[in-house]
Order: sequence, then C-alpha cells, then structure tokens
Amino acid sequence: MATATVERLVGKAIRRREDPRFITGRGTFTDDVKLPGTHHAFFVRSSLAHARIVNVDTSRARAHSGVRAVFTGKDLADGGVNGIPVGWLLPGLKTTDFRAIAVDRVRHAGEAVAVVVAESAAIARDAAELVQLDYEELPVVVDAVAALRPGAPLVHDSAPDNRCFHWEIGDKAKTDAALRGAAKVVKTHLVNQRLIANAIEPRASLASYAPATDELTLWVTSQNPHVHRLIMGAFVLGLPEQTFRVISPDVGGGFGSKIFVYPEEVAVAWLAKKLGVPVKWTAQRSESFLADMQGRDHVSEVEMGFDAGGTLAGLRVRTVANLGAYLSLFAPCVPTYLYGTLLNGLYDIPAIHCEVDGVFTHTVPVDAYRGAGRPEACYVLERTMDVAARELGTDPAELRRKNLISKDRFPFQTQVALTYDSGNYAPALARALEMVGYQRFRAEQAEARTRGRYLGLGLSCYIEACGLAPSQVVGSLGAQAGLYESGTVRVHPTGKVTVLTGSHSHGQGHETTFSQLVADGLGIPMTDVDIVHGDTGRIPFGMGTYGSRSGAVGGTAIHMSLQKIIEKGRVLAAHLLEAAPDDVEFKAGRFSVKGSPDRGKTFAEVSLAAYLAHKMPAGMEPGLEATSFFDPPNFTYPFGTHIAVVEVDVETGRTTLLRYVAVDDVGNVINPMIVEGQLHGGIAQGVAQALWEEAAYDESGQLTTGSLMDYGLPRADQLPSFETDRTVTPSPVNALGVKGAGEAGTIASTPAVANAVLDALAPFGIGHLDLPLTPQKVWKAVQAARSTERR
Amino acid sequence: MARISVKVNGTQQSHEVEPRQLLVHYLRDVLGLTGTHVGCDTSQCGSCTVMLDGHSVKSCTLFTVQADGSEVVTIEGLASGSKLHPVQESFWEEHGLQCGFCTPGVILSTVGLLRENPDPDERAIRAGIEGNLCRCTGYHNIVKAVRSAAKKLAGAPAGTAPTRGT
Repeated sequence: MATATVERLVGKAIRRREDPRFITGRGTFTDDVKLPGTHHAFFVRSSLAHARIVNVDTSRARAHSGVRAVFTGKDLADGGVNGIPVGWLLPGLKTTDFRAIAVDRVRHAGEAVAVVVAESAAIARDAAELVQLDYEELPVVVDAVAALRPGAPLVHDSAPDNRCFHWEIGDKAKTDAALRGAAKVVKTHLVNQRLIANAIEPRASLASYAPATDELTLWVTSQNPHVHRLIMGAFVLGLPEQTFRVISPDVGGGFGSKIFVYPEEVAVAWLAKKLGVPVKWTAQRSESFLADMQGRDHVSEVEMGFDAGGTLAGLRVRTVANLGAYLSLFAPCVPTYLYGTLLNGLYDIPAIHCEVDGVFTHTVPVDAYRGAGRPEACYVLERTMDVAARELGTDPAELRRKNLISKDRFPFQTQVALTYDSGNYAPALARALEMVGYQRFRAEQAEARTRGRYLGLGLSCYIEACGLAPSQVVGSLGAQAGLYESGTVRVHPTGKVTVLTGSHSHGQGHETTFSQLVADGLGIPMTDVDIVHGDTGRIPFGMGTYGSRSGAVGGTAIHMSLQKIIEKGRVLAAHLLEAAPDDVEFKAGRFSVKGSPDRGKTFAEVSLAAYLAHKMPAGMEPGLEATSFFDPPNFTYPFGTHIAVVEVDVETGRTTLLRYVAVDDVGNVINPMIVEGQLHGGIAQGVAQALWEEAAYDESGQLTTGSLMDYGLPRADQLPSFETDRTVTPSPVNALGVKGAGEAGTIASTPAVANAVLDALAPFGIGHLDLPLTPQKVWKAVQAARSTERR
Repeated sequence: MARISVKVNGTQQSHEVEPRQLLVHYLRDVLGLTGTHVGCDTSQCGSCTVMLDGHSVKSCTLFTVQADGSEVVTIEGLASGSKLHPVQESFWEEHGLQCGFCTPGVILSTVGLLRENPDPDERAIRAGIEGNLCRCTGYHNIVKAVRSAAKKLAGAPAGTAPTRGT
C-alpha cells in the first residue's frame, strides 16, 4: 500500500475551532456561569487616595433587606486571610502588606474598604451606599519622581524614601568610558505613560463551597488558573490545593491584566466558604479602571553615544518606575528583567548600563500589560534613535541599518545578560522600507509640505523576548515560580485524543493551533482532538499564558508528549506486527514495517491494543498517555520593523494614521491567520498608546481618565487596515522553531507612530513631545513653535 | 414591579420586572441568554448590542419596560437553526474575533449596519461599527468580515437570505 499523502496542517490558515460557540453566543465566560442560590458581592471603595481608616460602620448596610453579610478588612484578617504575596523578589526589595480589603489605611483611590453580600447585585450595590466610612485624609503623592524627593508623603512606613528597589544591569564603568569617548552623545528625557489594559470582559469571579467534600471551586477570569490556585491556596487563604479547584473558562481578553491574584477574587473565595453559599462578583467598567493592575509608567533619562561615523558607542539609561501603592504579583520583574535586559535592541551596542528605581505612589498598582517592560525598552531605543538621526543629520532608516547586529553573529551575547537565539534583522527592515515605498514617500512628504500638509513617517526596529526561561535561571533572578509548561496527550482506546495543556487561551486560539500540532503529529483529523485548558481539576499543572509563551513553551510540551506517544506506539506496533521496533516507522497516522508498507497498524488500532492489553511487549504498561514539562533552555527573540505613516492637521493638532506597515519575524508559524490577528491587535494597542491612551491622575490621586469616555481606547474609525508581511528565522530553542507573536505589535508600534508624528512636525522645530500625542498637545506645541517663530 | 411582554428570538415572553432593570439583565438573568455581554455599563463598548424591532441597539441603554411589546433578536437567535447567518459565517471565515467577548455585539451591529447600507466601503464600515469596542483584533479582520458579509448578502438569491433580525 502506498503511503497516504496527508496534508500538513501546521502552517495553514485554518479557521478556528472555538469560533462557532462565540459567534452563536454560546461561549461561557465567568459571569455566564449561573449557580442556584448565588449571592452577589459589591465592594465599597475608598474615594480618597491616602487615608487612615478610623471606623467602618456596616450596621445600616447589614440591616438592609436582602443583605446576607457585610465584612471589613479587619474581618477578613481575623478570619485568616493573609496578604497577597509578590512573586518576584529582587535584592533589598521592600515588600508590601497587600490586603484583599484595607485594614487600617487606604493607599489608592478605589481600594476596597468593605464588601457587601446580598441576594442580588442590585441589592448589594444599594446597601453598599449605607456603609459609613470614617477616615482621615493623609497627604498624597502620585508622581514617582516626586515620591523620591525628601519630604514626600510616604506610602509605606517600611520604605522610608518610597523606594521599593534599586536595580542595575550592564557595565557602568565601560559605559561611562564609552560615552566620554563618544563623538556625539544624544540625550532624551522620555515618559512612558501609564496605561490600563481594558480587556472588554471585565474581571469576574464566582466561588462555591461543597461542605460534603470540602471542595472549594472558583471560576475566575485568569490567564493562569494553576498560579491562582497555588498562590491563593498556599499563601493567602490556607486552602488545601487538592480540594481547591480553579476554573478559568472562556476569558474575554487578558493582555496581562488577568495574570495576577486580585483582592476581589480572594474575598469571593473566602466569602463562599464563610457563608456557605455561592458568591459572585463581576466588575463594573469603573472598577476595571480603579482596581485592575495598570501598566508602564516610566520616566527615563537616556544618553546614547555614537562615534564620528554614526556607529553606536554606548547607552546609559536611568529609569524611575512607578509601582503604585502595592506590589502586584510580578511587578518587580517588569521594569527590571523584562526591561533593562531588552535595551540592547537589534543593535550592536558595545556598552550599556541601566539603573532602575522602583517607587511606591498613591496610585493603582502597576504590573505587566501587553509587552510588559519590552515596549518601554523599545520606546527608549527607537525614540532616541530618531532624535539621534535628526541631531546627526542622518537618515533614520540608514542609522538603524548600519547599527543592526549582522546575521553571522548568532547566538548573540548582549551587554545586558541575554543571548539572542537567532536573527536576521536587515531583511525585515529592507522589506518594510520597500513596502512603504520609502524614497517615494520622502518626495511626497517634501511636496506636501509646500502645500501646508504635514506628513510623517516613523520607523521602529524591535526585539521581543518570549517564553521567559529557563526555570533555574529565573529562580536565580528572583522568580518565585518555575517558568516551564505542561502538556498531556491522552489517547483514548478509539484513537481519539484529549490534550490537557497548562497554557490558557483568552483569544489566542489554542484549541485550533494545538489541534493542528497534534493532528499533524499523530496523523489524525483535527476533529479527533480535544484541547482542554483552564481547569486545575482536569489539567495536571500549568504556568498559563503571558509573555507570548504558549506556542514556544506550551506547544513544545505537547510536541514532546506526542513523541512519547509515538515511541510507545511504535514499540507496541512492532510487537503486534512481529517486527523489530527499529524496523517500524510511523507516518501519516500509520505504523508500518520499513520496506513492507502493507504490514502495518493504524494509530487507532494501536491505541485500542494499548488499552485491551491482550498482547503487550514484556514490561510495557497498558494505556497510551504521556505528560511532558518543557523548560526551555532560553528565551526566544522575535523581531521586525514597523513603519507608520501619518498626517498631522496642524490647525487642529489631530493625527491621522494613514498607513501602517509591519514586517515581523516570529520564527515558524503554526497558523498564519492567527499570528496576523495577534499582530493586528497588538499594533492597535501600541498605536493607541502613542496617540490616545493615558491613565492620568490629578494631584489628589484621583484617576481623571476613569471611564471609556475619558480613556482613549481605539475605535474602528481611528485606525487603518494594516499591511503585514513576515520573514522566517526559526528559533533553535524549541523543537517547533516558533518564537511568539502575542506582544510584537504592541512593542513595535508605539515608537513607530510617535516617530511619525514628530517627523511630521519637524518643520516646526519640535524635537520631542511626550505621549500620548493628543490633538491638544500637538496643537499647543505647534502654536508655541509658531509664536517663537514670530518673535 | 411591571409586567412586560416581549418577543425574543421568536418566542413570546411575559414577566414581572423591576422598573429599573436594564434590558441586558433581563436577557441574561431572566431568560438565560448569556450571549449578550456587559462590557462597560455605560453604553460605550457595544458588547450588549441586540436587534430591537430590526434596529441594532445597546441593551444596557434600555430598561426592560421600554422593550414592552417589541421584538428582540439576540446572538442566540441570529442563525436559522444550524445554518449560520452570513454575518456569523463571515466573522468565522475572516478571523473577525479572538476572545469572542465583544463578538455578539459586533455581529449584531453589523447586521444593523448592512440593513441600512448593504454595500459599505471601508470608511463606512469603520464609521458604522465605531460604537463597538474590540480590544483584540485592531478591527482589521472585523472590517474584512463586514465586507465579506455584505458580498454574501448581496449575492444571496432573493428569498433565501435569512430574514430574522434583518
């Protein structure tokens, strides 16, 4: 029999298997889970950013009809609820007592001070208004640079200068010398403004306790349910892990904001057990603004040195990172190991030194938001490169091109600890310039300026680091967790397959991409494969999905299990075929004897034989199942070049994004349709940081952009369609050769757009403006430039 | 409490409701139609969009009592049995969704848009769906899906296009 040609699925744009339920309204998001007898929690929140709690009088709320209970922070503390720990420690780090509900002091506006539980969400909300909060206002500091000044109001008594940590990376002496000897040192002062993830599904949690089995089940909007279970069970609530089940069903977007263990879900889990009824909480959008961990918020002083020929000589960066009022789960890692280590970018920089101060303020805590540290690093480099190009009188594309690391230098050891796995940077830059028609654009731009139209083009050459690993290394750097992933392939007697993955999909389409891997690996149809994720009751263990790690780490774990299944199947098939195992090969779903393809067994026949166990090789156990944990030897490093083309209306200050070109290299691709979708979404978020989004606080610590009216989430009519292409440089770090695509767009696009706007404004002599480049800010800058001209 | 009578996805419903109850909560909590989502409570995000008497509306902006005597189609009622509505098909084919949370609202807004303008260009599509926030797709593939749906609906022979909700 000739070997059947089976079409490979990996690499194909296959329609998503998860979509039928979403397009028919049959997805199951946390708030869609309904349990009989469910009570609803509503949190009373502080309207002050810093205050001493004198008294919380809950008596009137308690007496309200339909209210089951009202608890304060003291009640939870007395009830055995511990603070939420931090998951990444740095030397000298000052930790915080981060409570689900504030006990004696509130440190940001929106911090919970009491929780009301009632028969309905509406009753809980009504009764919350009856809670009398007596507190004493204390002085506030919201700006991280101001918080470091002597005499600034203190956030935590344990951090007498509001400094949580000071961290350095790179060679200071070498960098000092390099900058001293440089022909030109370009300096920038850059603010990377604070952002709010705003996944469209608000956070939610539902907990139910079964006294008969002592099992507590928590449905929660989590990107990593096993991490939730471990931290909540072992540290916060003291629950036995084996009877604590965390289910993260369909999750409506995460972007980092659903990684962390939050006060509300801790409280809900505790309440369900305490009260013996299911308890649900679903955030209102206003709570997403006040109680979801926020992102970015850096202020950096940058010095970039060049030799006389425009070659990079050194880079010094000093950054103040605002951490907010408490240390969220991975907060210390984001402005350090995910930021300072990325400052090498795509360039050959002989000396780099970076120091970072992590600072407490009276604002919502800051943690990972899509890109997490890497967009901040990319912005520092790519914005400064453009300023440098202007100061050096060089073309910005040419300045970048001449400083790229050449393709023969991989693996490349950077000056800031990382070793880049593989790369070939020049083709992506060349392709992006070709797609945008770079020379033609410059001519159009010059011509448009003569007619009072201001066009601008901005470049961004980015690198990303995905799949944070290996565990041993991250452990030595302070991680309180391993960063591997698990993947179980369970073959049923009929040859159908269930895959249990520790990765979690909240839009990434794992049910499709992982099925493609498995169907190809075992030579079976995708419809024979079921992918299970998001349930600690079904999946052995998992670290979840963030940092663009699922394909590279989770996918590889599944791939490893497939190899184990095939190997066991091969030995069993050989036994059944009375052949030597080495003479049996597996191809296209069939085990057969080499040279005599007619002698063979299908995958389903071997699966059945493994479970019948009537005829097994000596010593082989029945069954066909494998679990693997993949702990990668290194990160993967996707890269690329993005180019934005804008027009700025200088009479209104309004920027229109005319074109967006992205050439990305994410290594091998399992499903190009899904990869492109990831890039599109990332680009939109990064564009929005450049032009519209900002979490702004006033001096008293009130978030002044606390609604979707005030915070500039991008809408369809503000964006163009994107022009994308790829180069492919496989990663040697994992068997699939994949790198990761989830954050690339967000990392690259912010500086591309910022550079484009400032390129458009070049005729006005405007060197730099901080983000977001709103019409008001641009208009003011143009007005100021014109009035200077007139003087 | 007030008694209301409303036809939802072809079935006549009648319930006593609180006057302050929003239509979206009636659909989700009383009728169990959880495909209609709440993303913002403030009529900004459009995740709760449904068809009310043939027009797409944000169901968090209406009290249930305002829908008394009306006909509502939610995402659960858009397909004809197992046959997907062309807009649903297009969103699937063009990868017009990722996490799927905003999707029911975007699909119903699209149904409303194409009813008013059967052949919108990209600018009209983007203007037509700007009331729906999507944080995953950057709208790129949503725009493609709407174009594709417009073509499908235009190409459908008379009498075979699904009528419910359009």
